[in-house]
Amino acid sequence: MFDIIGKRFRFLAISGIVILVGIVSLSVFGLKAGIEFSSGSLLTLDFEQPVNLNELKQELAGLGYEKAIVQTTGEGDFLIRTVELTTAQKTELEEGLVASFGPVTERGFENVDPVIARQTAQTAAIAVAVAAVGILLYITWAFRRMPKPFHYGTCAIVALVHDALIALGIFSILGAILGWEINLMFIIGILAVIGYSVNNTVVVFDRIRENLLKSVRPDFEAVVNSSLVQTLIRSLNTSLTTIIVILALMLFVGAQIQNFAVVMLIGIIAGTYSSLFIAPSILVIWEKGEWPRLLKPAGAKGG
Amino acid sequence: MPRRNTLVSIAILIIFILCLLVILPINQGLLGQKDFMLGLDLQGGLHLVYKADLSGVEEGDKAEVMDGVIAVIANRINPLGVTESNIEKRGEDRIVVELPGIDITDAQKERLGRTALLEFRELVIDENGEQQWIPATGTIDGQEKVLTSSYFKENTYVTTDPFAGVLLIFEFDEEGARLSEEITSRLIGQPLGIFEGDVPLLGEDGQPIAPIIQSVISDKGQIEGLSLNEASELSKQLNAGRLPVPLEVIYEQTVSPILGADFVDLSVKAGLIGIALVMLFMIAFYRLPGLIASLALVFYGSLVLALFKMIPVTLTLAGIGGFILSIGMAVDANVLIFERMKEEFNAGRTPRAAIEAGFNRAWTAIRDSNITTFIVCGILYWVGSNIVAGAPVMGFALTLFIGVAVSMFTAIVVTRTLLRLFVGSRLAQKKTYFSTESGEGNV
Repeated sequence: MFDIIGKRFRFLAISGIVILVGIVSLSVFGLKAGIEFSSGSLLTLDFEQPVNLNELKQELAGLGYEKAIVQTTGEGDFLIRTVELTTAQKTELEEGLVASFGPVTERGFENVDPVIARQTAQTAAIAVAVAAVGILLYITWAFRRMPKPFHYGTCAIVALVHDALIALGIFSILGAILGWEINLMFIIGILAVIGYSVNNTVVVFDRIRENLLKSVRPDFEAVVNSSLVQTLIRSLNTSLTTIIVILALMLFVGAQIQNFAVVMLIGIIAGTYSSLFIAPSILVIWEKGEWPRLLKPAGAKGG
Repeated sequence: MPRRNTLVSIAILIIFILCLLVILPINQGLLGQKDFMLGLDLQGGLHLVYKADLSGVEEGDKAEVMDGVIAVIANRINPLGVTESNIEKRGEDRIVVELPGIDITDAQKERLGRTALLEFRELVIDENGEQQWIPATGTIDGQEKVLTSSYFKENTYVTTDPFAGVLLIFEFDEEGARLSEEITSRLIGQPLGIFEGDVPLLGEDGQPIAPIIQSVISDKGQIEGLSLNEASELSKQLNAGRLPVPLEVIYEQTVSPILGADFVDLSVKAGLIGIALVMLFMIAFYRLPGLIASLALVFYGSLVLALFKMIPVTLTLAGIGGFILSIGMAVDANVLIFERMKEEFNAGRTPRAAIEAGFNRAWTAIRDSNITTFIVCGILYWVGSNIVAGAPVMGFALTLFIGVAVSMFTAIVVTRTLLRLFVGSRLAQKKTYFSTESGEGNV
């Protein structure tokens, strides 16, 4: 039988390093907010003739949009992100581009006012907070027959914060390298990941609950470990089937839901890891009062 | 028990056939004759949010003014020929306009929210020595008033004159006539600017229209130099369709319908390939139960799509993403049950006992884990209904909710019933049909 819990400090150290890298990136590069959260315009253009990305950027700078962010989509369209544009300004911009690059079709246009952006960002932040509290309360309730129900809820929350931090950190790196922005689809993805992560954690906890109630004089660490091993195949298989459909989604629908698909992919990998290796580990550490060991050099005594 | 199981099997088969009748053919459905409702991002169209400037309106009159604004916008939308337009008030001063399925030009878009209030202005030299247009005012009954098109009678019309070209003819009401007389007699020989908001009215030549006043204008006047289209549109709006207050666009999203069609095709492909791969995996890993889970997955997909059509759920790109995601998660309940079954099997139970024990023991995990997903769906739905561009968020929450709820039903009812059917047959006697390994990973 695998001894997963015995290596708990090692697993925590691995997550710690990944999260640390993410936090460094977050504090250095930050996150790039999409127009939904920071206001501005997003114009989707389809040029009849092939257009070079750098030439397009130069032309936009020439038209007075030095700060415009340009991205290509899978279908060969260009996404141009600028400050808020009025219809007149947009027409002027398009005419300028037609003059340099020939005929162009406007495939889509979105314009968000700062008032709306502020409201959207606030609502999204409240939602993530309410989701965390709601899940904490629910799990505490679901595990009310256990000696310390609050521990289970807290560990599930730690796992989901872990997943969200990893996703945010990686998006911060992607933002710095590829100019990816945090948009509404990203928030949907993060909340879906939160749901998924907790779902996984609950399956593991459910088995711990069952095995604890079954045993006469349980050794907590051993019960947690055997519960984990019993649910291991299930956790991996469910993650695999979910990853399969997300990959199918990424391959076909591409750029339009890129943020959503990528955040889900990262989140499911992180979520599987955290529900198997982080949440149960912390449960055991808490139960055994091993907090001081966390402060010693990571992993040194873990094995 | 076996007889009850046969009845349930027949019921499942009937539900499945009904679902297929609702879904197929895709664009209408033999039963209910409904098409899928597609959101703006899939169908193309326009989504606008206006903020009305109610600063000059008394508290008690605000609701009435907003109703007036909505009526005017509705009138302007009619000629566009949109079948499912939606205009509604949101909050105190916001108006949401949704026009799905149309390819709208920028000019048409501008016209929807146009105030159509013309203001006459005079040219003055300010303290810096620069020329500036300021509103032309006169005094009536001791009050200073600005001359605007709100004094026009509702009989404005357009005519063409062989010499002057297109003419927009208007008539002032009594107060307007007095005001105009006072102003034009003061400004004879000087230009009179015509502004809409802070933008000068442009003629066909692209130059601002600012005629030199030749004589005193009292009750009747004309505007020269507009293009014929512009003049007739303006005349229409001046007569009946003038907005009582100015509007500002605070959110706008336009999607061209072609782009939407691409999305639908691609999502369908992604969905089918996703389902096929998940089935392959399930059969390879779980053998006979995997095959049964795959059949249950087909049932699952049909039931969810039928519900989407019947409720109906407006499908957005994010919503389809939620559905495809739920396919991956739908097998989770099956996986939980099968893993449990395998354990019971390896502990030496008969197939029948293993199946029943597997279902019973897996239930608490299925229930508790899915409730957390429901909590998240509820929160997402709330988010979606509280933000301006929230349709995709609501769509995702709804499709994921339906997906997870139906997946619980199919795993508990459909998979179990099918497994019970097979367990009575000879197939079930061979252990290898149930698992690819024996005993590994168990305590």
